[in-house]
Amino acid sequence: MTTHALDMAVKEDSLFSKFGQWCRRDKRGSASLLVLLVIIGIAVFAPWVAPYSPTEQDYSKMLMEPSAAHWLGTDDLGRDVLSRLIHGASKSVYAAFLAVGIALLIGVPVGLLAGFLGGWVDVCISRVIDTLLSFPAIVLAVAVTGAMGIGLTNAMVSVGIVFSPHIARLIRARTLVVREELYVDAARCFGASTTRLLVRHVTPNAIQPVIVQCTLLLAVALLAEASLSFLGLGVQPPEPSWGQMLARAYMYMEISPEQMYAPGLMIMVTALTFNTLGESLRVALDPTMKGL
Amino acid sequence: MSTASQSSVEDDRNIVTVENLKIHFPLKGGQTVKAVDGVSFQIRAGETLGIIGESGSGKSTVGRALVGLLKPTGGTLRYGDTDISALSASEYKRLRKNYQIIFQDPHAALNPRMTILQSLVEPMEIQGEGTRESRRKTALAALERAGLATEIALRHPHELSGGQKQRINIARALTVHPQFIVCDEVVAALDVSVRGSILNLFADLQEELGLTYAFITHDISVVAHVSQRVGVMYLGNMMELGPTDAVIENPLHPYTQALLSAEPRPVPSDMREDRRIRLEGEIPSPVAPPSGCRFRTRCPFATEKCKTEVPQWREIVRNHRVACHYATPDGRIG
Repeated sequence: MTTHALDMAVKEDSLFSKFGQWCRRDKRGSASLLVLLVIIGIAVFAPWVAPYSPTEQDYSKMLMEPSAAHWLGTDDLGRDVLSRLIHGASKSVYAAFLAVGIALLIGVPVGLLAGFLGGWVDVCISRVIDTLLSFPAIVLAVAVTGAMGIGLTNAMVSVGIVFSPHIARLIRARTLVVREELYVDAARCFGASTTRLLVRHVTPNAIQPVIVQCTLLLAVALLAEASLSFLGLGVQPPEPSWGQMLARAYMYMEISPEQMYAPGLMIMVTALTFNTLGESLRVALDPTMKGL
Repeated sequence: MSTASQSSVEDDRNIVTVENLKIHFPLKGGQTVKAVDGVSFQIRAGETLGIIGESGSGKSTVGRALVGLLKPTGGTLRYGDTDISALSASEYKRLRKNYQIIFQDPHAALNPRMTILQSLVEPMEIQGEGTRESRRKTALAALERAGLATEIALRHPHELSGGQKQRINIARALTVHPQFIVCDEVVAALDVSVRGSILNLFADLQEELGLTYAFITHDISVVAHVSQRVGVMYLGNMMELGPTDAVIENPLHPYTQALLSAEPRPVPSDMREDRRIRLEGEIPSPVAPPSGCRFRTRCPFATEKCKTEVPQWREIVRNHRVACHYATPDGRIG
């Protein structure tokens, strides 16, 4: 047999067909991906999807129960809850991804370098991580927001900074194990550079717990956004966000408790979606779990 | 290497020269583990040098140093005539691909997240050889040469058997056309049934490609089977080095004699009666090795001299060296 004939047999599936296989295999994962896409779709197309303006007040219709005109009722200033929820989606999803994105951007390289290089680099980085971890998260975020200025982006960047030591510590611990693996030594014998070792060998094998942690952090970030907006450091009124809506509804809890259901439910569904998707992603990226 | 240089003097050309190699690992509290402490030997082009010794003798440490995975604390390592410590990073990168290692654990040596094909093309990517398509061809050809079907190229390591994985490690080394391969306990982790075929593969490749091997093992039968010369290590030192037949049939060093007599293989009973040496105790700690001769604490022939003087690395018989004050050419001690 010629190599050419055999070469034909060694044909990799296209990315598209791999995705199709994944959808068939992982029903729960593809369902949560769908939910996430819907949420993102709503966030992006909010101005066209929402029936009313999210900030238009109508004092003749305050704290109304759900009706045909206002599917989810109105809030304390007579604004349509559904419209605010739809417009709030973009803020909340943006906030969650921004915070986790920043955490990854800082945490992954820092943790990788600390774990892989070891020595005094590791000592310095680990002490900084310990210091950051000893602060209460929200207090640190408040302090960082205070220094950088109020606003959703600044608030979530500071949440990201608060999250980053968790990511860094996690990936550092895995890196310490992976860097001793024989396949890293084997690659070294072929002349691989440190960058290549980190990108091709260490990161793919050390990132797994970070993916799971990220999905948990996305959910925590949603809640952090709510807390910071509640404290007046995040989304500024009258702009809606889920956390802000929840905080506002809290004030009318005794008069109109149903105000809290919609934003609360959306936060919960989104957080759950992130978690399920994270688990699916972890399985999908692990070749040893194929077919499970 | 050009073909012109592979002339009749090939046998005398040293592919690796190690002089007074020392590899120490610092411990907390200022102590050091002297894993390898002053070892010298040459490996000639085309030969197989066996290195034997028990656990903790430093044989694997030597193997890892030979391919640059450990930096020598002292001494020199030369590839051909080149002292590798004098090379620039890019020169070293180009040279080191000629010096490869196959590890004991075939599974751990493959990245679990990469397909076999990805693992096989990586060395060529690192070295910047060929195009995407040519690398793929070379990889598949190497896979076939190592006795595997190319269909497995898209699998992941966990889907394959130990023997298959070891063949893949061999194939991966072959993709960059090395001259020298360290085989570090390459069959120890494999089923007995596949050991023979892997050893035969190594032998075939040597014949076909003119490879040079350093075969590190604790298994004397493997060494006897594959190597022309054998070195015996104990506690970071080379105790004896000579032609395999000579070392196995007429060991000169008391440690080698003990090691061979411990091998549970059928040997002529007269030999067993005469030469049976039982070693007392454990191998001492490499943190604080014995003074003088390192073997003296377990040697039945040890004297006061062994405590105070480090034995010379003497060539007692032609091409047969030994580090013992009392070794004689006929194998008697004293």
